[in-house]
Amino acid sequence: MTTPRGTRRRFLFATTALMGLVGTATARTIEGLPWTSNEVYPPPEARPGPWLFLTADEGAAIEAIVDRLIPADELGPGGKEAGCAVFIDRQLAGPYGRADGVYMQGPFPPNPLPTQGFQSPLTPAQAYRKGLAGLAAHVARNFGGRKVPQLSPEELDRLLTALEKREANSPEFNGGEIFDLIHNNTMEGFFADPIYGGNRDMVAWKLIGFPGTRYDYRDVLAKTGTRYTMPPVSLLGRPEWRRVGARG
Amino acid sequence: MRRLPRKDVVIVGLGWTGAIMGYELCQAGLQVVALERGPWRDTASDFNIGTAPDELRYAIRNELFVRPSQDTVTARNTPDQTALPIRRWGSFLPGNGVGGSGVHWNGHTWRFLPSDLNIRSHYKERYGEGIFPENHMIQDWGIGYDELEPYYDKFEYLCGIAGQAGNIKGQIQPGGNPFEGWRQRGYPTPPLKMQLNQDLFTKATTELGMHPFPLPAANMSQAYTNPLGVTQAPCTYCGFCERFGCANYSKSSPQTTILPVLMRHPGFEARTECEVMRVLMSPDGKTATGVTYIDAQGQEWEQPADLVILAAYQLWNVRLLLYSGIGKPYDVSTGEGVVGKNYAYQANSSVNGFFDDKLFNSWAGAGALGMTCDDYQGDAFDHTGLNFVGGANINGTTFHARPISARPVPPGTPRWGSAWKKATRDNYNTSTNVGSQGSVMSYRDCYLDLDPTYKDRLGRPLLRMTFDFKPNEERMSAYVTEKMVPIMRAMGAKHIVASPKKGPWSVVPYQTTHNTGGAIMGDNPRTSAVNKFQQTWDVPNVFVLGASAFPQNAGYNPTGTVGALAYYAADAIKGQYLKNPGQPLVQA
Repeated sequence: MTTPRGTRRRFLFATTALMGLVGTATARTIEGLPWTSNEVYPPPEARPGPWLFLTADEGAAIEAIVDRLIPADELGPGGKEAGCAVFIDRQLAGPYGRADGVYMQGPFPPNPLPTQGFQSPLTPAQAYRKGLAGLAAHVARNFGGRKVPQLSPEELDRLLTALEKREANSPEFNGGEIFDLIHNNTMEGFFADPIYGGNRDMVAWKLIGFPGTRYDYRDVLAKTGTRYTMPPVSLLGRPEWRRVGARG
Repeated sequence: MRRLPRKDVVIVGLGWTGAIMGYELCQAGLQVVALERGPWRDTASDFNIGTAPDELRYAIRNELFVRPSQDTVTARNTPDQTALPIRRWGSFLPGNGVGGSGVHWNGHTWRFLPSDLNIRSHYKERYGEGIFPENHMIQDWGIGYDELEPYYDKFEYLCGIAGQAGNIKGQIQPGGNPFEGWRQRGYPTPPLKMQLNQDLFTKATTELGMHPFPLPAANMSQAYTNPLGVTQAPCTYCGFCERFGCANYSKSSPQTTILPVLMRHPGFEARTECEVMRVLMSPDGKTATGVTYIDAQGQEWEQPADLVILAAYQLWNVRLLLYSGIGKPYDVSTGEGVVGKNYAYQANSSVNGFFDDKLFNSWAGAGALGMTCDDYQGDAFDHTGLNFVGGANINGTTFHARPISARPVPPGTPRWGSAWKKATRDNYNTSTNVGSQGSVMSYRDCYLDLDPTYKDRLGRPLLRMTFDFKPNEERMSAYVTEKMVPIMRAMGAKHIVASPKKGPWSVVPYQTTHNTGGAIMGDNPRTSAVNKFQQTWDVPNVFVLGASAFPQNAGYNPTGTVGALAYYAADAIKGQYLKNPGQPLVQA
């Protein structure tokens, strides 16, 4: 649901991102102390629902993978239940997926030094699309024509291990690159604030004992080394603070 | 291009140095305009408690930093390689907007050691010429500690730094840093409350014969009202400092110390989202006449001014000098020229400790919450036979445990799966770290110039960075890191992982936003770009503030020295330059 507040925030966010490229932002002369300018708003809450970027097949593959990267076990829910696939989809549909703010001018030499970092002409969204297509083809070739979600947990683990160790790389398919992308974004989603769609009900924060956004820990400094017992809080508050019957 | 009415002073960049200089020159009665290429930012409107503690937005997606699509640098390790653009920030994070790096810093606020400032002559006298590394360009700063002391004091009192003095007018103080230069008085506020890490670190280093003291912090241990009448609030140890704006008015920044007064000053005006293209020069090339800038609509303006202050981040100061033809560009093949030379950085290392029985609660921290030892800093220790110049401070700090980025697990732990999950849970709250922040010397082949291939969004060449960690820095870091392992052992860690700094330098992992040099200060126009007042040798009405003036980097965070040098330059402009405008303050 888009609130007027959310709309305004998105407008401001878009203006900031495009600043200087098009004439939407306004240079300002400032004398005195203005009370508002880039008024800051929380990001719009990412909610479960239809994929915004991923196709159905891609979404199913990501769900299967995030649930092996972070398995459901005796310690708690896995990546899928935690919303990591929703997180990845919403990130790819937004500024991150578009590589907003990334320097994307060429040339892109084929063999950068490892110390020179990211040098791809592909946006994250494009890298996922290409990488997931390559992965689907790789799986079909090596697992009897099946798709990623049709693999058993053991087969998925074998596949992911091969990708991670660069054993599945070929001239057509950079398995290591798509593994690193998914792994990195899965961890982001699992540990980020639940407002982005992952870490649902703060499962990751409860797992490790991160109290979230409580902001004032002067009481903790008064008794260091002892266990903190207050439950975590997110930018959305806590689930039980929400009105009974409300969504989420 | 449209021409605007003349101002007395134009300042490029409204961070720490721009705000300090702006205020001082307005107080001297001048009409000052500051041009800031990023947005206006302030606590009430931009750093809100309801939105600030968002790791993904601010620490991972880098919301407060300049977008590389707007400006970045190209990087390589050696001059024979082809530099490529840093497309996404990694190793360092240049700020953006009003407040600059003063918004997103942690708040470690140091004075350099007296022997850091006359490092070349000091080491030569103590150890002989043979101690200096191959191809070094180490230079004295052209300023002594005694000259700078009052300005360090002024910056610390502007900020309300929390700390414990170690040397007041030559008297060593218990609990402070016995190696520091003298100070005229104690810190304005007492040290922060300490965490478990610091308690263990203090006990361990004391037992090992070292001299621990509280890290000087720009995080408020109590409410503080500075000499300008601006008040900050006590820090709540929220753990969202570095990469974040403080929502609590508890971290010293231009916003929380000086802008509330400066912005209301009748002589001052700021223009945001205005990017300066270059400094304009008179036909004879001896005087700057103002600057040109592009506003957010793409309109180019000329702002005439009698005095031009470059107060942008270190990298962009150097780039503006190169665009403007001020000072002779450095030529690596001859070693001649001054603009771009002596780029340096910081060589940091860490020792991680994994414990069975301790709960560190590291999410309750502050940017500069820590205990420190300077026993292996600068030339506080005997370098005879060590085969390196420089040193590092050794810190036990607790500044955050934000879970996307701070989840240490012992080596050998898988990166995913149930074993990863269990190790992450088991170690998140039971591990801690001892760090070192080390000096980096200057070298003939570590420098900044303009890239021949890559351009910014306005068609100007990107700055090109050629840098690597050299054997001198690797030896220093190995030596200091070796001293850190017994500390961690004495703290009680069951499993210890030491990571000394090693080359090659990579743009990928975050290391530190302590980039220095490129427009260095000194006492000779052949070997430095600016004199000790940070006035350019070639164009007396252009001053260049900030860490671009450091001839090499010490084993400390730069902001304290950056602030002191800005006040020093402001005093020289007010007391000397304005009596005789357009003239050099130091005769070449």
